[in-house]
Amino acid sequence: MTITEAAENRKKSSVLKTIRESRVAQGLALIAPANIYLFLLMVLPLLLVVGLSFLSRGEYGNVVFIFNLTNYSRLLDPLYGRILFYSLSVGIGTTVFSILIGYPLAYYIARAPARQRSLLLFLILVPFWTNFIIRTYAWIMILRAGGFLDAVLQWAHITQRSLNLLYTPTAVMIGMIYEFLPFMILPLYSSLEKIENSLLEAAADLGAPPWKVFLRVTLPLSLPGIFAGTILVFIPAMGMFVIPDLLGGAKTILIGNVIRNQFLTARDWPFGAASSMILMILTMVFTLYYTRKAGFSEDLLV
Amino acid sequence: MSEKKSPIWLRIYSFLAYLFIYIPILILIVFSFNTMKLNIRWEGFTTSWYNVLFRDQDIIQATRNTLIIALISTLVATVVGTLAALAMQRYRFPGYAASETLMYIPIVIPEVVMGISLLVFFVMMNLTLGLFTITLAHIAFNIPFVTLVVRARLHGYDNAIDEAAMDLGADEMQTFWRVTLPTILPGVLSGAMLALTLSLDDYVITYFTAGPGSTTLPLRVFSMVRFMVTPEVNALSTLWVLTVFVILLIGQIIQSRRT
Repeated sequence: MTITEAAENRKKSSVLKTIRESRVAQGLALIAPANIYLFLLMVLPLLLVVGLSFLSRGEYGNVVFIFNLTNYSRLLDPLYGRILFYSLSVGIGTTVFSILIGYPLAYYIARAPARQRSLLLFLILVPFWTNFIIRTYAWIMILRAGGFLDAVLQWAHITQRSLNLLYTPTAVMIGMIYEFLPFMILPLYSSLEKIENSLLEAAADLGAPPWKVFLRVTLPLSLPGIFAGTILVFIPAMGMFVIPDLLGGAKTILIGNVIRNQFLTARDWPFGAASSMILMILTMVFTLYYTRKAGFSEDLLV
Repeated sequence: MSEKKSPIWLRIYSFLAYLFIYIPILILIVFSFNTMKLNIRWEGFTTSWYNVLFRDQDIIQATRNTLIIALISTLVATVVGTLAALAMQRYRFPGYAASETLMYIPIVIPEVVMGISLLVFFVMMNLTLGLFTITLAHIAFNIPFVTLVVRARLHGYDNAIDEAAMDLGADEMQTFWRVTLPTILPGVLSGAMLALTLSLDDYVITYFTAGPGSTTLPLRVFSMVRFMVTPEVNALSTLWVLTVFVILLIGQIIQSRRT
């Protein structure tokens, strides 16, 4: 990074002529603003958090510059172990349910007449281009006691009393799945849509029944979509604190809530930084493992 | 995959899935016209919540803040992100791989971590938290997404047309403004659209980088819904949904005209 930037600065200070003549200089001049900006506002802040996680909290919530590991040893407390475990289960649960719910829908869209596909995809996206807080609020209206879900179920005589779903872990899961579903459907769709029809026909011609064609041809070929979708769902789900706040009440605390609380209410920044490190390490390990295995390609993201 | 009539169960399933996606939005809209303040049951039709909303000074201020942040951050991120996309798609330079890694940070780092790290950074730099810091933060998370979208559109770009322009006597600037930019404009516009929506939608990073007086709409809505449910929030949501829908529709129409 720093070598690039040093090189950049040297190139910049020399005359414009170099830029005209050298393609390397042109490339560097074009990438420089983005690199410098992202270095200052993403890499540097993250490095500060790494450093902060080894310091400690002073009496008045200030930061004391003594190097130590107590923030990390505090995280070994079973209380935080449970929170971490719960966050992981919510992350994995959200991902698995998004695959289960999203896959058939992506499959349906991929097989729809070409002219309808863009409309069907557009319809998936529209609600998600509205605000995320508003979408979560809609679920408060649906799930709360006497809300829409209760009203429908009681009207259909399926239940007599309120399900009291709001402020439970179930409500958090529903909210998370709703929020992240499109991030799963889009990459699934783009990998399903790319599957060559001739492969499916060949399998059928060779006598494979439809379920076997699906299991042996379609599913394996759609794995890149599942991988990309998993990364796009799992990482934000792991760090989520807004949905637990609104739909889970005080009962459901994820690692994201711990980090937020340490920074804004408990004002123990070093401990919050250490918790962030744990979350970051978890998601990084996961992403590395996954991209190694799956050969993650950027075109699935767009 | 080719077109094929889906089995009946799949069609029913898909219908239900779309229902799952749309019911919350429909409920929001319907209940914005409810006369009941607690908004639990349907009582009667009124548009008075829209009047309440239009007179709510906090909401007006928050809307203004949100738009200022979104417009500035979209503009800056689109310019910087497009330049980076051009660099990465058409040039090779030292530090290429590192630049590419940098672009993936906002995808692989949870938002909450980015939020707190920016908070730490701004406090250490002695910057007062407010509209300025929020805008700086939004530019940071928008640049990589703009680059990603523009790069995808640049994929099939034929450098020969630039060379042809130069051969015909255009200088670099003329070539860029008259040939390159018009060709990649659809990609740049969709990058800008993505940046705009990400900025309008952002709660987490804004939450950590905001200060007194810089409340944005998502922050305002959050504090409203945390403690109570009122049709005013529904009215706001309805307007928001309709606005986004109209913008998206216009975007779609422009795109289909171009092709």
